[in-house]
Amino acid sequence: MAVKRKIFKKSIHSIKEIAQNVFVLSFARNFEFRAGQVVAVDVVTDGEPRLYSIASGELDEYIEILFDEKPDGKLTPKLSALLPGDTIYVSEPFGNFICNDESAWWIASGTGVAPFVSMVRSGQEIGKILIHGGRYDENFYFSDLLENKLSGNYIRCATQQADSAYYKGRLTGWLREQSFLPTELKYYLCGSPEMVVEVRDILISRHIPFGQIISETYF
Amino acid sequence: MDKQPLFGLSLQKIKYVVASLALPSFTATQITDWLYKKHVSSIDEMTNLSKKARELLNEKFIVGLTAPSNVQISTDGTKKYLYPTATEKFVEAAYIPDEDRATLCVSSQIGCKMGCLFCMTGKQGFQGNLTAGEIVNQIQSLPEFENLTNIVYMGMGEPLDNLQPVLDSLEILTASWGYGWSPKRITVSTIGVIPAMQTFLKQSNAHLAVSMHTPFDDERKRIMPIQSVYGISEVVSELRKWDFSHQRRVSFEYIMFKGVNDTPRHAREIVRLLEGIRCRINLIRFHPIPDTALEGTPYNVIVEFQNMLKARGMTVTIRASRGEDIYAACGMLSTKELVKRQQEPDF
Repeated sequence: MAVKRKIFKKSIHSIKEIAQNVFVLSFARNFEFRAGQVVAVDVVTDGEPRLYSIASGELDEYIEILFDEKPDGKLTPKLSALLPGDTIYVSEPFGNFICNDESAWWIASGTGVAPFVSMVRSGQEIGKILIHGGRYDENFYFSDLLENKLSGNYIRCATQQADSAYYKGRLTGWLREQSFLPTELKYYLCGSPEMVVEVRDILISRHIPFGQIISETYF
Repeated sequence: MDKQPLFGLSLQKIKYVVASLALPSFTATQITDWLYKKHVSSIDEMTNLSKKARELLNEKFIVGLTAPSNVQISTDGTKKYLYPTATEKFVEAAYIPDEDRATLCVSSQIGCKMGCLFCMTGKQGFQGNLTAGEIVNQIQSLPEFENLTNIVYMGMGEPLDNLQPVLDSLEILTASWGYGWSPKRITVSTIGVIPAMQTFLKQSNAHLAVSMHTPFDDERKRIMPIQSVYGISEVVSELRKWDFSHQRRVSFEYIMFKGVNDTPRHAREIVRLLEGIRCRINLIRFHPIPDTALEGTPYNVIVEFQNMLKARGMTVTIRASRGEDIYAACGMLSTKELVKRQQEPDF
């Protein structure tokens, strides 16, 4: 198995701030990938690239990544300052946070929704429930797409915004309030380590076997 | 402006400090001598520096050592020290005396991002990185500092997720201008963050310990989220490129979970996966954490597992459990009761 991955020099197609300090960056796709995989991204060839989940569909013309600018971050302030036509360095895709066609629950916080957006855009939404936690309305990224494809199976939990369309509170609160959580399904978790650990504890306490909980944390 | 700590700076960085204050260049090695060999706690104790040099340094800098604020002592002599950080949080270091050696298990981060199913530290989430100074401070400010024979980076956090401060701390510990320790006395643990592991192997001669916990990629994914991006088979493939037949060793950490990773099938796969790599496997008893879905493998089964591996030519040890009554073992270090989260999460 090759550990050294190919690095592609890519020209940015577009970069757009879709919420405060949250950006979608795109570049032309020249590789195949599976929804749920990541790419390593950097602005130089000898730096410390960071990993981002691909948010595009497997057959889309452009690869999109979703990132949250961290003021003290090493890379995201540089990424957010880029313009269309600027160069970035992107690894070939890798990782195995891969879902299949079986029914499953997807649970995400913040930009952790990206792999699930990719899965939806790749036609994997049937039999899935997506629970997304965020602060405000604007933090439910790609909500038009997700509402359209998942309709009633798209649950938004907003901690700071009262809206009848949303559950008011944390997604962990929503989970705790459910009288029934299926024990035979797989649960895919993506987001902050705090969310992943807390949700996993809740699921395990509700008799979900840990082997059915697949997680990916930001790091 | 707050004064900056000198402790934790490399000789190169101290040279910059000295140049910025227009002090003679030899002052830099005098300062590293005081910091890392003579272990002073104030600039005024650096008595071979001129009075002017000390005044200039005192205007902008402090030594910056921090004593532990609490200690728990196990019946077996293991001690768990709590150190406050510059960000008003806490990390822990476990002092583990044994017959002819004394090991300190140091933290590299406040909390951890990795979220392993079996780890108490992961339950705190991630609260920040430690600086090189905060890492080395755990060693320098240890009351038993003079007894130490070994350092292991196996406390809170994933060391290779905080790569540069960890490398800087290793430089301070091993450089002739620093503590001058042999890298053979130091082991850095990793979950297998491959790019950072490559950099570590290039830049440091300290030993490496890899958290394996199961040789099967699909099974590891259930207990270690890192597996979603860096698989154990890929980690081992990378390690095959490096020479572990001389000074530097690689070992594999293997916490044993009942019915999860302790079968003959797992033993056979470990042998197959590690074939040709000169290494040691450390089997570790699992210390259950609150609300865990995992159980520890009974000791007799651990011994059987060890024998299966030994029979196939592997070097295998069963790590003695230490400090169980104070939750001091690897993966059990936690400041959960002591740290209040700084803000309400938004998920």
